[in-house]
Amino acid sequence: MGLTSQSTGAGVLTGKLNIKVSQPTDKIVALAGNPNVGKSTVFNSLTGLKQHTGNWPGKTVTNAQGRCRYKDCDFILVDVPGTYSLSANSAEEEVARDFICFGNHDVVVVVADATCLERNLNLVLQILEINQNVVVCLNLIDEAERKQIHIDTKKLSRLLGVPVIPTSARSGKGIKNLIDAVYRVANQRIKPSSLKITYDPVIEQAVALIENRLSKILCGSPFTRWIALKLLECDNKVFDLVKDNLGVNLYEDKQLLLNLDKAISVLAQNDIHPDEVKDIIVSNLISSCEDIYNQTVTVNAKNYNKLDRKIDAVLTSRVFGIPVMLILLGLIFWITIEGANIPSALLSDFLFWIEAKLSEFFMWLNSPVWLHDVLVLGVYRTLAWVVSVMLPPMAIFFPLFTLLEDLGYLPRVAFNLDNYFKKCNACGKQALTMCMGFGCNAAGVIGCRIINSPRERLIAVLTNNFMPCNGRFPTLIALISMFFAVFPLRSVVSTLLLLGIILLGMVLTFATSKLLSKTILKGVPSSFTLELPPYRKPQVGKIIIRSIFDRTIFVLGRAVSVAAPAGLVIWLLANIHVNDISLLAYCAAFLDPFARLIGMDGYILLAFILGFPANELVIPIIIMSYAAEGSMIELSSLAELKNLLVSNGWTWLTALCVMIFTLMHWPCGTTCLTIKKETGSIKWTALAVIIPTAIGLLLCFILATAARLLGLA
Amino acid sequence: MIDQGYIPLSSLPIGRTARVKKLNCSGLLRRRLLDLGIIKDTVIEALAKSPSGDPTAYNIRGAVIALRSEEAGRILVLPYREEV
Repeated sequence: MGLTSQSTGAGVLTGKLNIKVSQPTDKIVALAGNPNVGKSTVFNSLTGLKQHTGNWPGKTVTNAQGRCRYKDCDFILVDVPGTYSLSANSAEEEVARDFICFGNHDVVVVVADATCLERNLNLVLQILEINQNVVVCLNLIDEAERKQIHIDTKKLSRLLGVPVIPTSARSGKGIKNLIDAVYRVANQRIKPSSLKITYDPVIEQAVALIENRLSKILCGSPFTRWIALKLLECDNKVFDLVKDNLGVNLYEDKQLLLNLDKAISVLAQNDIHPDEVKDIIVSNLISSCEDIYNQTVTVNAKNYNKLDRKIDAVLTSRVFGIPVMLILLGLIFWITIEGANIPSALLSDFLFWIEAKLSEFFMWLNSPVWLHDVLVLGVYRTLAWVVSVMLPPMAIFFPLFTLLEDLGYLPRVAFNLDNYFKKCNACGKQALTMCMGFGCNAAGVIGCRIINSPRERLIAVLTNNFMPCNGRFPTLIALISMFFAVFPLRSVVSTLLLLGIILLGMVLTFATSKLLSKTILKGVPSSFTLELPPYRKPQVGKIIIRSIFDRTIFVLGRAVSVAAPAGLVIWLLANIHVNDISLLAYCAAFLDPFARLIGMDGYILLAFILGFPANELVIPIIIMSYAAEGSMIELSSLAELKNLLVSNGWTWLTALCVMIFTLMHWPCGTTCLTIKKETGSIKWTALAVIIPTAIGLLLCFILATAARLLGLA
Repeated sequence: MIDQGYIPLSSLPIGRTARVKKLNCSGLLRRRLLDLGIIKDTVIEALAKSPSGDPTAYNIRGAVIALRSEEAGRILVLPYREEV
């Protein structure tokens, strides 16, 4: 789910691109392109890095950097977020535009989708307008051939005046040619002489007036033409851009402003209003794209997208659209629940076998009892529980989810659900950020950058926590399996319950979004454009292996970095006694009366509080608290865990309340920090904590009270 | 406008194709539509509606783009005749 240390680390949140150059001879290569053209795949095959890829626009919202070496040259590759144009309509596009314009790179590789070249040429031409050192990477060429789209790359290269390299990054085809072309451009073996677009004669006349003056002020900067065009479009942001990046304040140049006025009056004499300049420039640009496209591309099969349309006719149809979505989600849940049982049991047998060996080892060392207890019963046991409960469901769920993602299904979900989001005055792309939330809410919160309107983005940030993440999802599965799975329809019942919980999360997302739009985040829905990319055949084997590997690393990493230290702290709390009562028991006793009101007990609520660093910890803390209080139990299966819980007074109501509270309480520490960074405000972060917590408390209270009044529990 | 046979893109029936004649909007939305390649005489085909009737997916220069009725309503188009 795009969840790497890069995408959740602190460094990515600064907005600007910081390039780490280790030697002055390093060549910087920017990788630009429309969203969803396989830029990340090209990046991965060039660098061997494992940037997560997915078939939906906006996957790369933060930038990855990687290195690669070719011949005698070291390249630093920068994966720039996808953008359709350089006019920068959203925060993330602005980052891309700034880097492409002023990023101080040696070569720009523009990745274009061969199956949809006309649309991609728009960005190619805009980049060529600024930069000469460009290589066009015509990706997905095999896909295009399959659809019988033939592209005359030689002619395209001649028309554009830069190298055009057909590639199929997924299979690695053409990647060597690509890096070779980059090498030659970077070392000036080829001098590209890129196409200059000639605009309407009146526009050209006006541009000339400004450009002359600009090239004097900016000492022959390559951007003068582009800046002149922006000035004519009355895009006033360009003043700041020039000031920030080239250190020249254009407002101070009287002559330039005079020339600008003159240029505008030339336009006015020809009946061109400043508002229309942009239209004319874009129209010229798009006509050029159309012209180049018509000269270089032949499509043999007229209905090359027929299959996609047929699939869409089912997946987004009025009758089947929503049911298919729920069935697919349910199917994934079912496979996860059904499949996780056996590896979970095996893993826990294995890890507790190691625990026994560790204990023997400590005895053999003659180490003090307290040391053994701290390290083995505290640190190791927590770690073992986190790994055995969390890992199997995640290692099954994520590859399946990634398959859907790779296929291109997720944008269809956004398409299907957009109307509901619109009714809540929010954005359909929120559906995509919710999907990312499944992986990690912190990643989901960062992903909200794909939403253009700041108001809608804030709504998406504040509600992301309603999607159970990596750390909470397996807790839900474990609780369902223990308390609600009744034979003979065990897995079906579990699946439906899990689906119910997720739907509850979705309903609350909608309700909260609506509430926010009507109160503190008032506003009307902004404009919405969403690309539905072509379906692609997922590389099943590769995804499954990659995704299992990623998840394993992720879960293990979290277990070691968070669960192990937390295990230590909790063991100490449970075993340091004051007046024969442990600190843990003191705290739990304090919380108990309140916790009873919401259907839980003091230990459970304390576990949620202590689980703030990571939600994975909640169940291990509960186990350790109970185990430390009572006799030590060997916990090697869910059935034994259930016995422990039941003997501590758990009923179905407790389990249900814990599940609801798992879905709805404060976001974990990392997510809170991320929200603070993304919104830049303590106030919004506090709200992101308060909203789900309040709803969770309220629901649990109602449920517990109702069940008790009705005598059900 | 009506007598010229222009209709808003949002009224274009599914499966029909039309030619863009006018963008009835300004500012950010206009820029965004232009960036999608929607200019005068661009050919657009209405492909499918979302389950709840809105947004609608359009084929714009080979890309499938979903637009809400609010945005599509600002694009005035001249539908092709039935046989095309």
